[in-house]
Amino acid sequence: MDASALGTFLQYLINGITLGAIYGLIAIGYTMVYGIIRMINFAHGEIYMIGAFVAVTTFSLLSALGIVAVPLALLLVLLVSIFFTAAYGWTVERVAYRPLRGAPKLAPLISAIGMSIFLQNYVMQTQGSRPKPLAPVMNGGISLWQGDGFTLSISYIQLFIIVLTFALMYGFTQLINRTALGRAQRACEQDRTMAGLLGINVDRTISLTFVMGAALAAVAGVLVTMYYGVIDFYIGFLAGMKAFTAAVLGGIGSLPGAMLGGLLIGLIEAFFTGYISGAYKDVASFSVLIAVLVFRPTGLLGRPDIEKV
Amino acid sequence: MATPIETKLKDSVAAAGLALVLSIPFIGLHTISTDQGLVVESRWSWVAWAVGLVFIGRLLLGFARDALAARAASRPKKQAKPVVAGAPTLAARLTRAFMVAALLFAVTLPFMPYSDRYIIDLGTTVLIYILLALGLNVTVGLAGLLDLGFVAFYAIGAYSFALLSKFFGLDFWVCLPLSGLIAALFGAVLSLPILRLRGDYLAIVTLGFGEITRIVILNWQGLTGGPNGVSGIPRPGLFGLSFDRRPPEGMGSFHEVTGISFSGEHRLMFLYLIVLALVCLAVWVINRLRALPVGRAWEALREDEIACRSLGINPTASKVSAYAIGGMMGGFAGCFFAARQGFVSPESFGFIESALILAIVVLGGMGSQVGVVIAALFIVMLPELGREFADYRMIVFGLAMITIMVWRPGGLLSTRVPTVKLDQKGA
Repeated sequence: MDASALGTFLQYLINGITLGAIYGLIAIGYTMVYGIIRMINFAHGEIYMIGAFVAVTTFSLLSALGIVAVPLALLLVLLVSIFFTAAYGWTVERVAYRPLRGAPKLAPLISAIGMSIFLQNYVMQTQGSRPKPLAPVMNGGISLWQGDGFTLSISYIQLFIIVLTFALMYGFTQLINRTALGRAQRACEQDRTMAGLLGINVDRTISLTFVMGAALAAVAGVLVTMYYGVIDFYIGFLAGMKAFTAAVLGGIGSLPGAMLGGLLIGLIEAFFTGYISGAYKDVASFSVLIAVLVFRPTGLLGRPDIEKV
Repeated sequence: MATPIETKLKDSVAAAGLALVLSIPFIGLHTISTDQGLVVESRWSWVAWAVGLVFIGRLLLGFARDALAARAASRPKKQAKPVVAGAPTLAARLTRAFMVAALLFAVTLPFMPYSDRYIIDLGTTVLIYILLALGLNVTVGLAGLLDLGFVAFYAIGAYSFALLSKFFGLDFWVCLPLSGLIAALFGAVLSLPILRLRGDYLAIVTLGFGEITRIVILNWQGLTGGPNGVSGIPRPGLFGLSFDRRPPEGMGSFHEVTGISFSGEHRLMFLYLIVLALVCLAVWVINRLRALPVGRAWEALREDEIACRSLGINPTASKVSAYAIGGMMGGFAGCFFAARQGFVSPESFGFIESALILAIVVLGGMGSQVGVVIAALFIVMLPELGREFADYRMIVFGLAMITIMVWRPGGLLSTRVPTVKLDQKGA
């Protein structure tokens, strides 16, 4: 392999990791909700879209107010977006899913699809259906390596996305493994009735799971807004589907699985687009998913479910 | 038990507070693209309206719940009657009566004086969705296998007809069975990699199948015309008679041969009757299948896969056949859709269609055919009724889906009764 081919490969790798990090953040929301109440939160992609829209509004508001220092603006946008998006996550659970706990399995799925349709059209009606372009927030990058006629570079924004995502994932794993809340969550995952008998507030734990998932989706929304610089009301569906694929690929219900799945989907997309064709990248992701599921029906890191008779 | 008014007020205040928080970033503020980039504008009066509406709505909901609870408490509890195998229950007789009435209504609909273009067209749409939902009902309702990508079969059926007529000049009546067969073949192929998967894993793989189909159609420009679709699909004729004013070469025309004066509505009526016949055929075939070993195997599979295996039922054959039969119905519907529109493009086969069809099946009560008919009417008519609020109808539609599920989680008619059931005492 000559230097330029290696350079191209590394560039796709960087792009893929950036994309995968974002998918991973959204996938965590799917996987946690699935782990705790065994349902696919189909509206989770829309929650991410809501995070992105709050980010655009806040960025515009801040620039109107004259707050342009990047670190401060970024921090404010992240906090505001997390706050509002988490409120949406909480409400979605309270309105559409909690009344359906214990209902036949498909009822919450249909309710979630209804919620997804509602949120999409709600945002379209209130914010307009045309794409929202945002002035670039972070410019520039570092060129890592200069070959003959070729530069391998990582932009600041990519660096920011990768570092923030991995920090969040680390923090999140610690939260689940070390804190009382994480323990309560794992207990609810294993047996909700028993956890309730032992004094864990199950409703509150489930609500908090949605809030945390929404918060991570909000971060993903902010990052995507900055990375692509343009969003519309429809981005939630596609991203949600990718993240859902990622969660299943990694083994739904498994936290490291969601991160691994997200990274894999991001890498597959980046390499497939780079080397073969951009039009069929989603076909590639789904085909890998199907191939993996044929050999490991519960995903890469999922526990095989044992059915007791 | 009625909750005190203080609690209700407190709940309403909490709900209104939440509505305030939720509405600020979307209803209260919105961004507008200008030459200087995005500009934020506010509309706080809308927020006030939203908060007020939520407050009142929550309060009314509280009272409505009390009223319902009081009514339920005053009603005497019904004793569950034992089910006897074979004997037709009252519900079964009512179902039969309803089906006959619905069929009579459907057959006479296009000939009624009040039926105009719009009503016949709407009726055709409802029937297409009924046909699709009947197909999905085989997979989801009877065999218990989730399918979020059912629209793929619809697309495959539609494109089969479109392409067969474009490249080989075949007409509707030849393509109809072919489309069904091709879709069934795809159903069987799809079912192979997912034999070992359960519930939610099935959801994503079938969803993926639907998306893969759409993406391939969108990008395979040479064959499918990509985003431009295929146009000029021939209309179905009646025994070689065309419904056009000027029939194509070598075809007679309906109005000349029968002597009825030409009317564009005749074709609509004819299309309506074709799809009605297809629906009747589907109902009949599915009902016959349910009585055959394969149908019994589907229902057994839905109830308990492990028990099924231990009784020597082959789950592979059952699953493959369920997807194939369901896919075939979808293929028929697709072929008819292409014939009706005269034009197909990938836009008609997005995920939302799969979601709608699944919603019909679940709303209908999973496995109930009467339920499917009622739910299809409901799902197709609901956005039509809201035409006046064109912009807001999808918002209302989404809310309605949530409300119905919360109100009746088992579907509008929750009759998931196995075809055969042993009386407990007789067992």
